[in-house]
Amino acid sequence: MLAALSGPDDMAKRHPTFGFGAALPMMARANEARKKARQDPAQRAAYQSAIREVSLAAESNVRAEFARCLDAQDTFRERLCAFWTDHFTTKARSAAERPLPGTLTHDAVRPHVAGRFEDMLIAATLHPAMLAYLDQSASIGPLSAVGKRRGRGVNENLAREVMELHSLGVGAAYAQADVRQMALLLTGLEANLKDGFMFHPNRAEPGAEVILGKAYGGDGLVPIKAALVDLARHPATAAHIAGKLATHFVADQPDPDLVAAMTAAYVASGGALLDVYAAMLNHPAAWSLRQMKARPPVEFVLAALRALGMTGDALKRMGRGPFSRMILKSMALMGQDWQNPVGPDGWSEAAEAWITPQGLGARISWAMEVPGRLVRPMPDPVAFAGHSLGPAADARLVWAAARAESLREGVGLVLASPAFNRR
Amino acid sequence: MDRRQFLRGMTVAGCSAAAHPMLTSVTLAQGAGLGENRLIVVILRGAMDGLDVVQPVGDRDFAALRPGLPRAEMMLSGPFALHPGLGGLQGLWQAGQLGFVQATSTPYRDKRSHFDGQSLLESGTGMDVAIGAQRDGWLNRMLQTVPGLSAETAYAVGREALPLLAGAGPSRAWTPDVSLMLSAQSQLLLDHIYHDDDLFREAGAEAVELSADLSERAGRGPLEGAEARKPGPGENRPWPDLDGLVDFAAGRMAGATRIAAFSLAGWDTHRNQAGAIARPLSRLQRVILRMQAQLGPQVWGRTTLIAMTEFGRTVRQNGTGGTDHGTGGAVVLAGGALRGGAVWGDWPGLSETALYDRRDLMPTSDVRAWAAWSMRGLFGLDRAVLERAVFPGLDMGRDPRLIL
Repeated sequence: MLAALSGPDDMAKRHPTFGFGAALPMMARANEARKKARQDPAQRAAYQSAIREVSLAAESNVRAEFARCLDAQDTFRERLCAFWTDHFTTKARSAAERPLPGTLTHDAVRPHVAGRFEDMLIAATLHPAMLAYLDQSASIGPLSAVGKRRGRGVNENLAREVMELHSLGVGAAYAQADVRQMALLLTGLEANLKDGFMFHPNRAEPGAEVILGKAYGGDGLVPIKAALVDLARHPATAAHIAGKLATHFVADQPDPDLVAAMTAAYVASGGALLDVYAAMLNHPAAWSLRQMKARPPVEFVLAALRALGMTGDALKRMGRGPFSRMILKSMALMGQDWQNPVGPDGWSEAAEAWITPQGLGARISWAMEVPGRLVRPMPDPVAFAGHSLGPAADARLVWAAARAESLREGVGLVLASPAFNRR
Repeated sequence: MDRRQFLRGMTVAGCSAAAHPMLTSVTLAQGAGLGENRLIVVILRGAMDGLDVVQPVGDRDFAALRPGLPRAEMMLSGPFALHPGLGGLQGLWQAGQLGFVQATSTPYRDKRSHFDGQSLLESGTGMDVAIGAQRDGWLNRMLQTVPGLSAETAYAVGREALPLLAGAGPSRAWTPDVSLMLSAQSQLLLDHIYHDDDLFREAGAEAVELSADLSERAGRGPLEGAEARKPGPGENRPWPDLDGLVDFAAGRMAGATRIAAFSLAGWDTHRNQAGAIARPLSRLQRVILRMQAQLGPQVWGRTTLIAMTEFGRTVRQNGTGGTDHGTGGAVVLAGGALRGGAVWGDWPGLSETALYDRRDLMPTSDVRAWAAWSMRGLFGLDRAVLERAVFPGLDMGRDPRLIL
């Protein structure tokens, strides 16, 4: 698994995605078209067509990511990309921005998924999707040239989440003053839909900022990157990242010994993620606790389609309407409105958050209705249970799958089962 | 009725309303043990800026702190005026069916994390219980203290799980836009498959039962169409996703249900707050006004809604026309059972020395006390039960006489 991760990224070649650079021209066009349409109603059609272009592009990135999950021989890389994308959650705030979250995955997550955490932290923090989503683009040093001239000031949003969610974790020993200093340090960063990423020295707060007792002075991106590297290498970050990975991949309440081993690997390697994954995969707790987690809706839907033999190419060929109805809207009903979680903390890990009456009801309904429309012919339910679940196909499930009134319902029962919805 | 029997015996049909984009949640509990009064709890996720909603326009320090945010003009009591985004509630204020608490907060301090703040707000515990270690929500614990609530009397609606109602007490969750159409045989087999997994067995049984129950209510009138023109501030405009939830909750509360809980997101106004707060305010107002309309005067007369948020926001606007995470905030109360027309809470002022950490509104009360007094007034719960079992360690303080 780890060898594949350090080897070539075949799925990225087979189902390519695009990054911010490629998305910028069309986002800029959509943004311009919006401004024009506001002033002149006759421009409305042009605006709609520009929005259609960015929406299709954003959806093509989503489809490519889903297609990789269907086709990958070893899905560990795909699952890691999903994990880190969620760790660095971003959302589009307007229709013109729709491609942004996918471009962060392409630019900042996937290239570093087997690398060092500090590189991913820097790439994600400085990514236009992040700068836009957590309001950094509007934050200006009050004593900077622009701040003094325009009476503008700082916005703490990104600084707080970098420390609380992305690195140290909320339980770590940092204070409001550190958040404030971090916010001042991050001033000067901006991204917009016209020029992309920029650093404006005349918006950056002059002087050094002191974060966790260490001063960061100097100009440009150097002190910002230095602070992010120190945050990435902080012991609290090691424990936070290790705990999150173990919670996502192993159990909602992971074995403390497993987390300790991963934390130690993180500290010893200075945040080399392969070493942290190795500590997880080599620990007995990662293999002893089976079927502890509930698959979130995205994993449930993709695991179902994969088990039914749907290929990435077939998913990419689906019409827009069916893709929206049968995949995206269905996931939303299950509680996961894709790329639109409530806040920057992303999706829940807890089984109880997903297996609610309404969430499970939506899964059962999907399992019974949708696969039969996407996959023909439907497999024999008992054989399907065996090949999709292996030893996890328990006697109750096999008994029930054999007694369904139709292939559609039999397959639906297998997909709706606890064994299929847990991992 | 035994739920597994129900699962076996029912033929289920369902109706599907339009999917709603905002994560919103309603949770309901019903039962004879609570009497005739109704409580609606709304969790406002993202930290509502209480100083913008209930503006202390009569405080001499206020204007200078927020030069870029629009002034409210609809005077309430004392120094306070109401944000125009809730202007549609003016009639309720005049009727004494609307009230606010200013300068209140949970015991949460200093880290200003949304997620920890919401966790504490919903668990109702103090800072003596580690965040994340809480086992249940305060509304659930209240249900646990009331005898006579059977397993079927508590259930839930909405896509998002609400920790507020999680726990051993009888409560359920549902959203009216999920529908299940299962053959009798599939139901029986599913029941068999779920038998050994508690989480799936409970959730699956409720899904089937509630979907069946909802299908009987199919065919409610079409929602009012969204109008092409942009609605003005304070206008009672429809929000189809919310309206579906409110209608469902109101339908239940018109019957045997006594408690509903919603969550409304979208309050995290770090930037351009003048524009950004309009939408969540409009949605909050809509919940109140549509609930009033759907419940009808008789039930509304026995209802109190309390809307609470994880914390307030900085007293000064930030550098980007918004506000950052703060401490003291506001509560919104509405309903025919409310002794409204008041802004409760001691006003600490906004001078530099009166602030918390020199940046936030100083909390002068515990937000849990307002929920506790509401429940005492509505359901007659003992003060000792509220201070020990529901909100362990809370001192409710003097009776604000919230409920008629």
